[in-house]
Amino acid sequence: MKKTGAQILCESLVKEGVEVIFGILGGAILPIYDTLSQYPQLRHILVRHEQGAAHAADAYARVTHKVGVCMATSGPGAANLVTGIANAYMDSSPVVAITGQVARPFIGRDAFQETDITGITLPITKHNYLISSAGELAETVKEAFYIARTGRSGPVHIDIPRDVQTEEAEFVYPAKVNLPGYKPVFQGHPAQIRKAARLINSAKQPLIIAGRGVIMSQAYAELRELAEKAQIPVVNTLLGLSSFPRNHVLSFGMIGMHGMAYANMAVQDTDLIISIGMRFDDRATAITGEFAPKARIIHIDIDPAEIGKNVRVDVPIVGDVKNVLGVLNKEVNVNTHSEWLATLNKWQGEHPSLEIREGEEVLPQYIIRQIYEATQGDALVVTGVGQNQMWAAQYFPFIKPDSFVSSGGLGTMGFELPAAMGAKVGRPDEMVWCVAGDGGFQMTIQELATIAAENIGVKIAIINNGYLGMVRQWQELFYERRYAHTKLWNPDFLKVAEAYEIPAVRVRRRDEVVSAIYKAMDYDGPFLIDFVVEPEEGVYPMVPPGKSLSETMELPKPKKVSKRKPKTLARS
Amino acid sequence: MEATKYTISMLVEDKAGVLNRVASLFRRRGFNIQSLAVGGSEQLGLSRMTVVVLADPAQVEQVRKQLDKLINVVKVVDLTNDDMVARELALIKVAATSSTRSEIMQIVDIFRANIVDVGSDSLMVEVTGDEEKVNSLFELLRRFGIKEVVRTGRVALTRGAVATRTDNKKKGG
Repeated sequence: MKKTGAQILCESLVKEGVEVIFGILGGAILPIYDTLSQYPQLRHILVRHEQGAAHAADAYARVTHKVGVCMATSGPGAANLVTGIANAYMDSSPVVAITGQVARPFIGRDAFQETDITGITLPITKHNYLISSAGELAETVKEAFYIARTGRSGPVHIDIPRDVQTEEAEFVYPAKVNLPGYKPVFQGHPAQIRKAARLINSAKQPLIIAGRGVIMSQAYAELRELAEKAQIPVVNTLLGLSSFPRNHVLSFGMIGMHGMAYANMAVQDTDLIISIGMRFDDRATAITGEFAPKARIIHIDIDPAEIGKNVRVDVPIVGDVKNVLGVLNKEVNVNTHSEWLATLNKWQGEHPSLEIREGEEVLPQYIIRQIYEATQGDALVVTGVGQNQMWAAQYFPFIKPDSFVSSGGLGTMGFELPAAMGAKVGRPDEMVWCVAGDGGFQMTIQELATIAAENIGVKIAIINNGYLGMVRQWQELFYERRYAHTKLWNPDFLKVAEAYEIPAVRVRRRDEVVSAIYKAMDYDGPFLIDFVVEPEEGVYPMVPPGKSLSETMELPKPKKVSKRKPKTLARS
Repeated sequence: MEATKYTISMLVEDKAGVLNRVASLFRRRGFNIQSLAVGGSEQLGLSRMTVVVLADPAQVEQVRKQLDKLINVVKVVDLTNDDMVARELALIKVAATSSTRSEIMQIVDIFRANIVDVGSDSLMVEVTGDEEKVNSLFELLRRFGIKEVVRTGRVALTRGAVATRTDNKKKGG
């Protein structure tokens, strides 16, 4: 039966099991939106900026393990998606981005709202398509979803000219894809797995570094089995948080630039790293030349191009983490490693790394810990980027699988609000806490309208220190406290919330923190808390840029006693 | 690690934008293309690309894996250490007068090259061979005055059994 391009798209989305689309429309995608309203099974959430649509789809995909979908019009609409697509690409999030394009006869003629968006998204997508006829739409959508969710998942972009949306073609949804150049490997090579097992069985001080691959492959049980069977301590990358319960005796927290001192020490002292679904990002390894100097490395990853990209690897295993661990666990011997674990526990005792000072002032660390206490860890934590993100990563002990959503690779400030929105839509029955910085919050603040209009019940905690805090911290440590352009003039966030009809409170004293958190949780719907915190609080431990994990600074350098106001050119 | 020349052969889907994807990857990852040649292959819908890259061994392994990740790239083989036949073609327009013409033609003969066009004051030479052969002919003709040159870049195939087929393909990501 003949259908229009727009109908074919909608039918195909239904076939792919899409339930939610985050988007905002414009001229070049009007035919699709006109048709979309005839498909009530496709819930459309109207965002207020395309970046918000992409972040929401990204977070939705992360928490549901389904493909997230975002939509925008041509030109500026499509261009506004770019940051969100790049973010999804860096964190391997399965997103299908659909954009309208000017009609075929206008392409290449610099038409109104024309931009070469497939040219722009080429290096930040797993694959992209510019559709040339309605007849190829069904096959393309099928391929796009398949590519996005399989192998190392990632964003795929489909650009659809306006006249293709109205063109008629025969609709047959293909049963399978035909992609001769795309054959992801799921099963690890048995010989490699045996080799890895031998190394594990003979190691004296093995260490597991668990990354987001464990979460994407939902291999929590397999990871836990490996760790428990051979008594191997587990540390995490930032995005690997919530892959292994932090309250487990074998959990030693996050590694990296703001990792726990004892976790970084473990990396530098281990004789065997078993890295699972992680990619040796520079924020996790610090300088690679001095990373894990005593260790052999087993690298389990689904993407062969990650093997040996950043660090030398002794035993690579390409495959899906769940499958690989399933086989590996059978070949790994029961072990105790009691001496090694005793050493790590001693280090943890000597270098606790986490400290919440007593006092009146509102400390970010205290807020995060109280959110944990109030929720008992039964919450999804979505963060922005910078200090708020690191405090959340450090002070919220993630005990629930898959409960942390953050922009890791791209480090996108402004991710938090739309991502929290997408996460809540994906898991409506769960408590979603959005930990925002006052800087990043204002980068996507417009999504408060979406949250209000759709009554998306996210709890927003603004860690308001009046600075672009992480940059300020670098200026403090490495630029002799010259606070160039990091001090922020902020609006009254309570008035902002009020304008969006979202209830809100402000917290200025430590003894108000807990009651504010409960107030937010007890309210049925979105709620905002403006936590006015100690402005110059720093994130520690910290590995200074260009140093190795062995040079982890545990506590803030004693500040020079100076009554002089920090130099700043920004408004204060 | 010292950079050397590697010859990579690829089978790619014959679709719009594939060359752009390959070129973009080289640019983005900071790999250095020495030459690139594209044309049809023995299989309908697939083209064969031969790329010469200047890289160290670790880099070339990354190049190979990153190229393999491109959806439209069906097969990637590093031919460098294989027993391969590598050729390029050059057209050289060289200045020729009545007094130099016969000498040029002799040189061209020795190189088993061809004169493909004769003008009143120039000759066009077509030469096929490996890079060194083309370079030496070019050097010999230089003293007559070279007006224009065009070179194809390297194309290569392994000797004997076919290596760059689409079967036994393993890739991921």
